[in-house]
Amino acid sequence: MSDSIVLAQDLPWPPKVDDFFLDGLFGLDNWLTKFTLMVWLAVIVLIVLFTRAMRKPALVPTRGQWFAESVYGFVRDSIGKEIIGKDAHRFVPYLTVLFCFVAFTNIYGIIPLAQISPNTHYAFPLTLALISYIMFNWVGIKKKGAARHFKDMIYLPDAPMWLQPLLIPIEFISNLVVRPVTLSVRLFANMFAGHLILLVFTVGGFMLLGADNFALKGVSVVSFLLAIAMTLFEAFVAILQAYIFVLLSATYIEGALAEEH
Amino acid sequence: MILAQGGHNPLIPIWQEIVVGSIGFALLCFVLIKFVFPKIEQSYQARVEAIEGGLERAQTAQAEANTLLEQYKQQLAEARAEAASIRDEARADAGAIKDDILAAAREEQERIIAAGREQLTADRQALLHELRTELGTLSVELASRIVGESLADEARKKGTVDRFLAELESAPAGRR
Repeated sequence: MSDSIVLAQDLPWPPKVDDFFLDGLFGLDNWLTKFTLMVWLAVIVLIVLFTRAMRKPALVPTRGQWFAESVYGFVRDSIGKEIIGKDAHRFVPYLTVLFCFVAFTNIYGIIPLAQISPNTHYAFPLTLALISYIMFNWVGIKKKGAARHFKDMIYLPDAPMWLQPLLIPIEFISNLVVRPVTLSVRLFANMFAGHLILLVFTVGGFMLLGADNFALKGVSVVSFLLAIAMTLFEAFVAILQAYIFVLLSATYIEGALAEEH
Repeated sequence: MILAQGGHNPLIPIWQEIVVGSIGFALLCFVLIKFVFPKIEQSYQARVEAIEGGLERAQTAQAEANTLLEQYKQQLAEARAEAASIRDEARADAGAIKDDILAAAREEQERIIAAGREQLTADRQALLHELRTELGTLSVELASRIVGESLADEARKKGTVDRFLAELESAPAGRR
């Protein structure tokens, strides 16, 4: 009990934004931090898992192959074919990588020792969102030409003419300006808030446990239980946010490919 | 702004992380899209073909089995018909054979009866002949005993006996 009191005094309280920013390792500043290491690890682990799973594909799959095929099949059938339709096969590989990468980096938030998702650093979601942004504009321009693509992006042909002066700026801002921001901030904020919640209940539990008031010590149990519950919830959020990120990317691509806006 | 306290604004991206994220994600995309996902698609395709091929094979086998069954049924029906015709034929043959045997037996019977009759006639002729001779001898003997030894020479002329017998011969046929 005295250990935890000592521990509690060392803990940062209350959780702050600065808790999300760690010093660079080996004096390499931001190039080599826990976050960049986690991203590299995610890339390596995903490559190893997928290549190993599909090294010798069999008609009756092994568990690894089955899992790899299931993830790919999920993105292909429930996102690709549902949202994009017949052109899906061109984008399913990218969407699958996106889903795996986001889900894996999100899950870091509840993996012991990692305990934080790289996506709590805005740079990573922003990078992915920009790739999706560039991609949907690129395929739209390639298919319909730049003028037609941007016109479709901002102009609603069914709306009455007198509304157009209002609608065109709104469409322009929502579709072409803030899309990468909303896409990335949604993911970033979910991961950031999730980590903050876990910090509050976990560190808060230790703070309560180390409190002088006996009743407050008892309350720490509630705090720990909530921390466990929130961890499970975070697992759900991690996958859900990956799904939403990919779903919206697919929707944007579909919108850019659509003949009519 | 409270987020900016301590010098960090979480909404300002760290540019080195954008570089790291881009390179890492690009690497991941390259490897998975180039080497892994085509294999997954192939695997799906192989499975679809295996299932469809299996179904097709099953259908072919089913059709073959049906054809064979039809053939067997037809052959069975033919065999039944043939068996029935063989039975009928046999029955007809048996009837014919029976008739033949009966006819042969009847013929044989008639032949035997005829032979018997002939034999009978011949026997009667022989008997008659014998009887005549005997009767002549006896008559002569009787007459000689009645008339006496003297007549024996006359009778020896034989004509008397023969005439007598001829008379007997020409006697009414009803006595036969």
